[in-house]
Amino acid sequence: MTATLPERRSLLGPAVRVFEHHLLVYRRVWKSNVLGSVIRPLLYVLGMGLGVGSLVDDGPRADTALEGLTYFEFFAPAIMATTAMQILTNDALWPIRGGFVWFGTYHNQRATPIDAGDVVTGVLLWHLAKGVLSAGGVAVVLLLFDGTRTAALLPAVVFAAFAGIAYSAPLIAFSASRETDLAYPNIQRFVIVPMFLFSGAFYPIDQLPGWMQTVTRLTPIWHGVELCRGVVHGSLEFVNGAGHLAYLLVWLVVGYVLSRRVFTAKLGV
Amino acid sequence: MDTDEPLIRARGLEKRFGDFEAVKGIDFDVHRGESFGFLGPNGAGKSSTMRMVGAVSPVTGGELRLFGLDPATDGKAIRARLGVVPQQDQLDEMLNVEDNLVIYGRYFDISYAESRAQARKLLEFVQLEDRATSKIMPLSGGMKRRVTIARSLMNDPEILLLDEPTTGLDPQARHVLWDRLYRLKQQGVTLVLTTHYMDEAEQLCDRLVIMDEGRIVAEGPPAELIRVHSPREVLELRYPAGANAEQGPALEGIGARQEVLPDRVLVYADDGEAALSEVHRRGASPESALVRRSSLEDVFLRLTGRTLVE
Amino acid sequence: MTTASTRPRATNAQRAFPLTAMLLPPALRQAHRPFRILERHWFVGKTSFIWIILGGFFEPFFFLISTDLGFGGLIDDIEVGGTLVPYVEFVAPALLAASAMNGAMYETMNVFFRINFDKTYESMLATPVTVGDVVIGDVLWATLRGAIYSVAFMAVMVAMGMTSSWWGVLMLPGSIVIALAFGGVGLTAATMLRSIEDFEYVPTASLPLFLFSATFFPVSAYGDLGWIVNLSPLYHGVALLRALNLGQLSWGLLGHVAVLLAIAVVGVSVAARRIERTLLT
Repeated sequence: MTATLPERRSLLGPAVRVFEHHLLVYRRVWKSNVLGSVIRPLLYVLGMGLGVGSLVDDGPRADTALEGLTYFEFFAPAIMATTAMQILTNDALWPIRGGFVWFGTYHNQRATPIDAGDVVTGVLLWHLAKGVLSAGGVAVVLLLFDGTRTAALLPAVVFAAFAGIAYSAPLIAFSASRETDLAYPNIQRFVIVPMFLFSGAFYPIDQLPGWMQTVTRLTPIWHGVELCRGVVHGSLEFVNGAGHLAYLLVWLVVGYVLSRRVFTAKLGV
Repeated sequence: MDTDEPLIRARGLEKRFGDFEAVKGIDFDVHRGESFGFLGPNGAGKSSTMRMVGAVSPVTGGELRLFGLDPATDGKAIRARLGVVPQQDQLDEMLNVEDNLVIYGRYFDISYAESRAQARKLLEFVQLEDRATSKIMPLSGGMKRRVTIARSLMNDPEILLLDEPTTGLDPQARHVLWDRLYRLKQQGVTLVLTTHYMDEAEQLCDRLVIMDEGRIVAEGPPAELIRVHSPREVLELRYPAGANAEQGPALEGIGARQEVLPDRVLVYADDGEAALSEVHRRGASPESALVRRSSLEDVFLRLTGRTLVE
Repeated sequence: MTTASTRPRATNAQRAFPLTAMLLPPALRQAHRPFRILERHWFVGKTSFIWIILGGFFEPFFFLISTDLGFGGLIDDIEVGGTLVPYVEFVAPALLAASAMNGAMYETMNVFFRINFDKTYESMLATPVTVGDVVIGDVLWATLRGAIYSVAFMAVMVAMGMTSSWWGVLMLPGSIVIALAFGGVGLTAATMLRSIEDFEYVPTASLPLFLFSATFFPVSAYGDLGWIVNLSPLYHGVALLRALNLGQLSWGLLGHVAVLLAIAVVGVSVAARRIERTLLT
């Protein structure tokens, strides 16, 4: 049979193949992954939310600092955003290098009708899916507690995953552009960990000095935290929400364009 | 130690992994200055034997002595006098070429200064002095092998164990390696190697044993093994695909013995040309024919009924 | 070629402590040259060491600043052995203990690659180096990394005024004992990982230790379940360092030290057994 391949280009078709590849690989590791994305937030919710919460709720400013929320209610929804961020930033470091160097996956995909841009789109689609899975794991945990049992967890999962890829997209461009993986641990130490600590997940950022508040507001993670917390407690106003989403979209688009450029430079058009 | 006593002495040596018997009671001696080989296909028990000799794999049965010492109790002292070239190079990819050797020397308690000097000398010996500061990754397979050989010589070993030293190398790299090993032998180092290449065994070994399924099936110098177990020449006949087996009746009685392989028919005879004339006379002309000297492969085929390299 | 000298000799440990030597598994009694392993790791790591040290400084710095600024205004002083201390001073020694733990644990995770991919151990064991040397060397290296983190951390604590007693100097040996214990635990864990994917379990397993070792809130917050923290190896480290930082010395501290040392010995012995069974078959 000598049928010629149709000269049809769809936007997502080839990228979906890349996505499918990730899905296949994931089937081998999903157990440990799901375990991590349910158990770890549960531990955080119990340890920080309830443990440290008992100290904050007895503390000197318990009535005013958290706008009427208990510490648990304040803290728990934020973990959806931070969990998605942590998992996706990790996926945007070593696995990207693996795709280029260790396993050569991207080169193999590039040798088929899939082009470099499709690879980036496919990887990001996969990141979106993993963001939904990991934030979803947290949502399952939050359903266990009265203070956070609400249908609004559903949009919160979407927001968390969206914030996650707004984060991983530029990071993918960065890690793909590196010749070695030596910089990766430093990215974690000097960028991701501080952002996590000062994201406003653990305490309201008005506790921080003014300039640090400004820096925090510039990081995508803070916007993710605000979105999740706001929507779960029904305090998210439309204008604010749209603003947060628009800001995250800027990160995503810039990151996506940069990633396409780096991947194309490395893999050829 | 008595000078007549062999450096390595094995009696009824066995290795079992659970129910699987990798080595089923073998006897051999290796003497000082000798070059001794284990020839056999994959899974014959060569590597298991080498690991026991290297004092990194406990003996499950029988007796094994190196330098008169028992590996079970004096493993450390034995390993201090051995050089080991494992099947996979196992070079430290995190270190450059020279540091690989220097650190390895330190495992033998050689001082830094000495270890560094020894490393430089050995890199010269394996003709890699200009690669001293190179990373391991970019080296070719043959170069890595030479680094591994240099590393194994850091402690001036009395016995050098080489597990398939040239498997996977291109012909030129093999010859470079053989040349270095030959020099070592001239310097008096005892070589013990495994191989499934006949040419390698014939090139390097003074004496060898042929192993099959955990047992030794023959022992002796390569030339003698060929002389005893195989006529002088081999006639190789190739017929159209699938037709080799049909030739049996037509060829009957030609030469001393015949082997029908999937891709060719071998006729063993003292005079190969005469045998070929007889084949043509009977009208069983092949697509192509070749007369060659018989080799260790033929010995192996004769003894086990199977080819060495599948 | 010359003949290398061979002098089988009893280890120092066997001569000096016959009883200890009897209690140790054979693999460890054969340990002879653990420092050679440290040399190898130093050869590999010397160029990136500066990053480890910098990381050691900045991570606690970020944690302590965040805790101080963020929670300082939200949480009252906490009572420790009769003294009220600011929340960040309560948390600081606990984070120091966690940092020693993490430093040692992360380092030992490399052992997985040395066994399964790089075959570093296999080439070492072809020489007079023994399994005992390898495991002791690796634990010492991990401990060294944990100790470096601890020194950096303590420097940050001093700079931020979070120390209140000269006894606090003892937090350094305290951290070393913690790193030793978790080096042993990490080594055993590394021998149990089957594939790279299994690494996913490591943070999941160490997170409960991090959160529930009286790190961020006092044992009193657990109510009747307070005894449970004793099951966490890290708790013994946290309690030790917290008391030392405040100069609250008591004999009970030796109990914590003993628990940590026991964990170190068990961890190293089990790891040695497992490595022996994997590599020396």
